[in-house]
Amino acid sequence: MSKVQPVLEIEDVTVVYDSPSGPVQAVSDVNLTVYPGTIVGLIGESGSGKSTLANAIMRLLRGNARLTKGQIRVMGTDIYALSKRELRTFRWSRMSMVFQSAMTALNPVMTVEKQIVDTFRSHRPQMSVKEAKERARDLLRLVRIDEKHLRSFPHELSGGMRQRVVIAIAIALEPQLVIMDEPTTALDVVVQRSILNQIQELQAERGFAILFISHDFSLVTEIASRVAIMYAGRMVENTEAKVLLPEVDHHPYTEGLMRAIPRLTYEDVVIEGIQGHPPDLIDLPSGCAYSPRCPYATAACMEIRPTLHRLSHATIECHLYSPTKEGDSEWPAKQLLYKSTT
Amino acid sequence: MKYVLSRLSFFIVSVWAAVTINFVLPRMMPGNPADAMFAKFQNNLTPQAMTALKLEFGFSNQPLIVQYFDYLKGLITLHWGLSFTYYPTPTKTVIAHSLPWTIGLVGITTLISVFLGTGLGILIAWRRGGALDNTLPIVSLFFQAAPYMWTGLLLLYFLSFKLGWFPLAHGYALSVQPSWSISFILSVLKHAILPGITIFLGSFSGWLIGMRNNMILTLGEDYVVFAEAKGVRPSRLMLMYAARNAILPQITSFAIAIGNVVSGSILTEVVFSYPGIGAQLQAAVLQQDYPLIQAAFLMIALSVLLANLLVDLLYSRLDPRVRAGGATV
Repeated sequence: MSKVQPVLEIEDVTVVYDSPSGPVQAVSDVNLTVYPGTIVGLIGESGSGKSTLANAIMRLLRGNARLTKGQIRVMGTDIYALSKRELRTFRWSRMSMVFQSAMTALNPVMTVEKQIVDTFRSHRPQMSVKEAKERARDLLRLVRIDEKHLRSFPHELSGGMRQRVVIAIAIALEPQLVIMDEPTTALDVVVQRSILNQIQELQAERGFAILFISHDFSLVTEIASRVAIMYAGRMVENTEAKVLLPEVDHHPYTEGLMRAIPRLTYEDVVIEGIQGHPPDLIDLPSGCAYSPRCPYATAACMEIRPTLHRLSHATIECHLYSPTKEGDSEWPAKQLLYKSTT
Repeated sequence: MKYVLSRLSFFIVSVWAAVTINFVLPRMMPGNPADAMFAKFQNNLTPQAMTALKLEFGFSNQPLIVQYFDYLKGLITLHWGLSFTYYPTPTKTVIAHSLPWTIGLVGITTLISVFLGTGLGILIAWRRGGALDNTLPIVSLFFQAAPYMWTGLLLLYFLSFKLGWFPLAHGYALSVQPSWSISFILSVLKHAILPGITIFLGSFSGWLIGMRNNMILTLGEDYVVFAEAKGVRPSRLMLMYAARNAILPQITSFAIAIGNVVSGSILTEVVFSYPGIGAQLQAAVLQQDYPLIQAAFLMIALSVLLANLLVDLLYSRLDPRVRAGGATV
């Protein structure tokens, strides 16, 4: 693994929103690596910082948001070291993004064809309009939209078709990394399924890596090989997807998420939610942000921020997995199934 | 095509309605034009002369419906009656002489205001927080807040009366003959500058700030962010993705402004004694010159409706959602 150049490396990234009541850390000290051709899921509830992180990777942070710490490298290139001009051509040819809002991501007064052609011509000025149109037709065919819709305006397409067009634009320049920020959220379940299949097919065919952002736990575990879980701006766990099972050790928050999934295959399963509310980012607990809602939480959790602990199957930010605990009674404990390695 | 036909038929029905109201309204007013005429001659008319006069002006005691059809026929055949004020000049001649002045002055000034305001609005929104963005809206808003005829009076007092840089009144100097000669055109331009500036200052801010705000809202739209992400060049992003959408509400305001070219200039024309249709309308009202008032109203109604028709057709070219009928988000 170590020899392969990762497509995405996020190191200690912190993103802050300036607000009237002081800076708010939406993303805190996040680390994440995505290798070529893999699908990594990023899960979190609303406000956990996943979209902010996506925008930070694309260097699309706007208004009062800014990256205050850390480094983001795509294909080894530090995104924040590029000039604006370099960024314009680097972005989309190396990394692209499918927006959350399928309904509003396309320019309402331009035909689908023009918007795809624009993508090619902005990056390859030497490409003729004729060739760009040719490519646009190929792309639509690839995402299974009839080529007669080249002449359609976005309002003439259904939500699912619009999202397919957005995906087509995202993969137009064959980037190595595609960030998908809740690509199916705005769509109904049937369309969601077909879009998801489409994404998997395209990924298998073209081999780009995907950072798949969602709040739908079962959806992500289904398509991703690794899953990163965010809570209150921190990445609390980074685990292999196949071990996301109730009988494997995880972060208490991850366990809570798993318990909240309705399963049609089991009988008499009680679906539990997680007690309490997501924390206010302006007023975070000094210790673990999850401690007020955590069933294992003790006084130590409230005061001391946990560090990352590397287990064989996952990296988890929780005192439960800390091998060295000074004193004894104050620390949280549960019967561990895996041995901690650090 | 279906859209064009529907807009056209709507236009025809509206014109008919406007024409009919223009016929009905004066006849519902207390008194009648004949009495007004009579009063004007201060009882010095014999009944025979009065009848002759009535016939000449086209007053009759026929049933309303007959009068209505006579009126419609007169409209179409351009027999709009004679002006009382400029008797015996036909009203259509009065209109024909004053309308070009108004369209020339107010029309061109409105166009300059729209294009400059919209263009600069795009630019200052794109460079939001820049030096121009911090000054231009405030300065322009100051002039918009001041009543425009007052601005006109101030300009007239200082620049024309005190300093003598510009003429005090009228559309051109009495020393030149109306023709396509250079000296006449220069004289017209010189006379148009102050009223033009007055109208411009009174309307520019609306276009500037309206466009700036539309533009700022549009710049936050997902499709603009998406286009920026996909690498569209900044100039193209500004014009084809942001401004192209932000300009749509401006088009509607533009329709209203064009419609107001004929009617909205009365005070400016009065202040500068400009020979346009607004000044004529004011004179006609003071003189109770019914045929002229009617003709002027008809011109105003027609210009508003025509402007709306043109903008509707233009809008359908600019916004594909309108063409399809019934827009979805």
